[in-house]
Amino acid sequence: MPKLTIDGIEVEVPAGTTILQAAEQIGIEIPRFCYHERLSIAGNCRMCLVEVQPGPPKPAASCAMPVAEGMTVKTNSPMAVKARKGVMEFLLINHPLDCPICDQGGECDLQDQAVAFGYDRSRYTEQKRAVQDKYMGPLVATEMTRCIQCTRCVRFAQEVAGAPDLGGVNRGEHMEITTYVEKAIGSELSGNLVDLCPVGALTSKPYAFNARPWELKKTESIDVFDAVGSNIRVDARGNEVLRVLPRLNEDVNEEWLGDKSRHAIDGLRRQRLDTPYVRKDGKLVPASWQEAFAAIAAKVKTTSGAKMAAVAGDMADAESMVLLKDLLTALGSRSFDCRQDGAVFDLSNRLSWQFNSGIAGIDEADAILIVGSNPRWEAPVLNARLRKRYLTGKAKFAVIGEATDLTYKVDHLGTGPDALKAVADGSSPFAAVLKAAQKPMIILGMGALTRKDSAAILALASQVVDSCGLVKDGWNGFNVLHTAAARVGGLELGFVPGANGRDLDGILSGAEKGELDFVYLLGADEIDTKRLGKAFVVYQGSHGDAGAMRADVILPGAAYTEKSGTYLNTEGRMQRTARAVFPLGEAKEDWTIIRALSEVLGHTLPQNTLVQVRDRLAAVSPVFDEDTAVPAGKWGAFGVAGAIDAAAFESPVKNYYMTDPISRASRTMAECTEVYVNGNQKRKTGTHG
Amino acid sequence: MLQDKDRIFTNLYGIQDPFLKGAQARGDWDNTKAILDKGPEWIIDQMKASGLRGRGGAGFSTGMKWSFMPKEVGERPHYLVVNADEGEPGTCKDRDIMRHDPHKLVEGCLIASYAIRAHTCYIYIRGEFYREAEALQRAIDEAYAAGLIGKNASGSGWDFDLFIHRGMGAYVCGEETALINSIEGKKGQPRLKPPFPAGVGVFGCPTTVNNVESIAVAPTILRRGADWFAGLGRPNNTGTKLFCISGHVNKPCNVEEEMGIPLKELIEKHCGGVRGGWDNLLAIIPGGSSVPMLPKNICDDVLMDFDSLRAVQSGLGTAAVIVMDKSTDLVRAITRLAKFYMHESCGQCTPCREGSGWMWRVMERMSQGRASVEEIDMLFDVSKQIEGHTICALGDAAAWPIQGLIRHFRPQIEERLGRRAQAAE
Repeated sequence: MPKLTIDGIEVEVPAGTTILQAAEQIGIEIPRFCYHERLSIAGNCRMCLVEVQPGPPKPAASCAMPVAEGMTVKTNSPMAVKARKGVMEFLLINHPLDCPICDQGGECDLQDQAVAFGYDRSRYTEQKRAVQDKYMGPLVATEMTRCIQCTRCVRFAQEVAGAPDLGGVNRGEHMEITTYVEKAIGSELSGNLVDLCPVGALTSKPYAFNARPWELKKTESIDVFDAVGSNIRVDARGNEVLRVLPRLNEDVNEEWLGDKSRHAIDGLRRQRLDTPYVRKDGKLVPASWQEAFAAIAAKVKTTSGAKMAAVAGDMADAESMVLLKDLLTALGSRSFDCRQDGAVFDLSNRLSWQFNSGIAGIDEADAILIVGSNPRWEAPVLNARLRKRYLTGKAKFAVIGEATDLTYKVDHLGTGPDALKAVADGSSPFAAVLKAAQKPMIILGMGALTRKDSAAILALASQVVDSCGLVKDGWNGFNVLHTAAARVGGLELGFVPGANGRDLDGILSGAEKGELDFVYLLGADEIDTKRLGKAFVVYQGSHGDAGAMRADVILPGAAYTEKSGTYLNTEGRMQRTARAVFPLGEAKEDWTIIRALSEVLGHTLPQNTLVQVRDRLAAVSPVFDEDTAVPAGKWGAFGVAGAIDAAAFESPVKNYYMTDPISRASRTMAECTEVYVNGNQKRKTGTHG
Repeated sequence: MLQDKDRIFTNLYGIQDPFLKGAQARGDWDNTKAILDKGPEWIIDQMKASGLRGRGGAGFSTGMKWSFMPKEVGERPHYLVVNADEGEPGTCKDRDIMRHDPHKLVEGCLIASYAIRAHTCYIYIRGEFYREAEALQRAIDEAYAAGLIGKNASGSGWDFDLFIHRGMGAYVCGEETALINSIEGKKGQPRLKPPFPAGVGVFGCPTTVNNVESIAVAPTILRRGADWFAGLGRPNNTGTKLFCISGHVNKPCNVEEEMGIPLKELIEKHCGGVRGGWDNLLAIIPGGSSVPMLPKNICDDVLMDFDSLRAVQSGLGTAAVIVMDKSTDLVRAITRLAKFYMHESCGQCTPCREGSGWMWRVMERMSQGRASVEEIDMLFDVSKQIEGHTICALGDAAAWPIQGLIRHFRPQIEERLGRRAQAAE
């Protein structure tokens, strides 16, 4: 461990650390533009120059210079300060003075550092450079005259996103960052380019000219558009969510965020259910809460518990699910399901539905088999992690299922269960790879688990686990990649059929045949509502989507930015959203609606506060209790061996940009669908915006 | 003055046959095996003892550079890369070597590769050097056919392959790491050092990058002995050197001379003197366009070697002597150079990308007299803000000519700006 002195402070850091990192450890901040800890080192902005002794009599770029024993670094010597001021001046000579109309204003690295390290005036009297704007798709707005050529965006696109669509063309002061052929950046992570850009060259198109950062109330929350549970920050002004940014969580999303999670939020303002509705004479008419509850009570009174059922949607929080289950149980129903897609798991063992290695486990895995999943669309942030692992060259990748471009090279073993069978019986060469690996991993997607024969496929996967040694001491390589944020929570609290209860298919066919009279949809829109027959349908949710169209009573709930809800991500990690804004209109937080309804139905639930609801959750499962350690599950064989259909695995996500009521209501996501899924690029540049 | 018997490049002017027969008659390829048989360590020691300093401009000891390569070949092969991207304005020495004495280079490549344990060598040749690439390729083909290179090169048991890679005309690709990027098919932009090419070079493997002249003189040094080479020139600035004299002299020429020859003698003896006589001299750029110019009073007695020129705040560079007599508009001349560096900046580092254009614009105005006297100081300060603050030396190269001008000819600039101001009044 080399020991060096930075600004008179002695510090010992591991060999290979750069001066900039070493300085950061002792709280000395060296300004930088091009350096980013998750990207390769470019060393081209020259802002981080410091004086280093021993060495040549010129300053060194601290972002790229590894520490050495006995080094003396001065970050504020006259030489370093002069160099920094010089660089700052150079950066500003061709940077437009348009801060008042620049979206980056107030959160601009260039602005901040110009104040901290720059001169107070310019000596440059020549013409400034102007650069033509580029088209980069529906999410990234460009103002390339502001670009300082730090190449962070180029490196992000190339390294993290795996979409080498960006590059620098031309030389010298004519250098420009461009997509070469005026095309949208082909990545589900393109929104991160905006975060990375230290100036206002790349800004968010949907958020353009909406707000200044100091007007925003920032709330730390959790993303629910996929099952990764990315940590986010919700920025709101008044009662309107204006943008969503990623928040650092090394174990989950690092500091990235998928484009849907970031930009579907305009869907929070459209198609909203802001008042209860009751169907009268075939038409939904606005009603008061009392009228809505009365309509439900009238139906419930004449219906036996056995004829009632409930389905929970993909964004339902655990609080409302547990209360809904308690209420319907009290009414005598045993038919619940939180699996709108009919996914099959071993409901007695949580190891059968979790991402057991953990998302961070990908960083250690050395052989990865992806079955029936397209992680690029089902969980783009997790896919970036897989790519990161791929780039280290220390892991081998194979896919069984659709052959799509995952941004990294994989062995495509086959499209259907036959290929999985070959791995299980050892006839596939990848079986040997898995066996030889220290930390092998299988990722089972919903494409494999939502089929008619999924129980047998689960058994087959379980066989792979055993035959290839995926579970060993200190390592569990069996992973399920969910697509729904609510799913693991629902499974954990038992929102699944009870004794003699019906599962989703049973509920739908029961309603179709008239065996069920009452179905409660808790934000469930992805089911075939035509099959609900003549059943009385209550829809509780935030958006007027498929479920609300069919409902007889609509109870307006809160969206994820409007409530504090508990979610378990695909790893089973418990995280909570926080309320950034209030629910719209008459809408209420979901658990309070069920609590109020229970009183009207004469089965008053005992929980009066959120804390009590969470205590109830903790009583149901220790996973929901922060203070209790969850006992390690015991590995067992899953699934039921049986006939397997040879049909190919298909990812349930057909369009990444539209998977749920919120993103379907989002205009931005509609544009993305048009560009990325339908392939209609809108090539507007320059003054067209 | 260098005696003919000590000349290395005996066919510099192309009077004899440049190719294999002629080269062998001049002593090239004479028992190369015997040199190789003495082993890499011996070769490197001899090169160190000869005191040869890199002829590409920076003047780093060639033997030392070779000794930085790993002593054992690990997982990654070693490479020799020869920098034939001769783009420095005023310089044309490598061009003549490749035209008229290509076998010296080819043989040097074999010996140097053997010394650094490389089986493969790339010669990165400037795109504009079309005929030179042809001549070099012919020499390589001849050497392959004669068994001098290729499998079991010259019977030494060492396999050696030599490839030409033609550049696309970017000045910055003459910078060793940009050159490496360019060979790899990437954008020609310099890389950060460390890691140095000796550790991570072309295709991520240990690499030595040498100038054409440094490589081409190696066989002769090893044949005639390090002592012979070290006996020429001055201490720490040994041997002979190709000088390229252009500009306002009566007979511009390339000439091989001893290091440390007085500048005046070089011009008087080989170039027929300055146009209109020595007293008509205004300034000389002694080492290619990137080094600061020297006024006549320094040129009177300065010696042409690395250390002497450094002592007068200039440099030997590539030894491209650009002579300017009193008819020269120095401000205009340096403005042209500033434009060149702006045009050739790769655009990677902020100071060079932004600063080179700024300096050119100010220079452009100054050459027309449209600037204020205070701007001279500002220009000098801006050049200091570029110098030493960039990844590669192009930033320095852009700054130095302007610094040289201001250092020695400030009164002339002021006079010009003043004239304009008077005319305005």
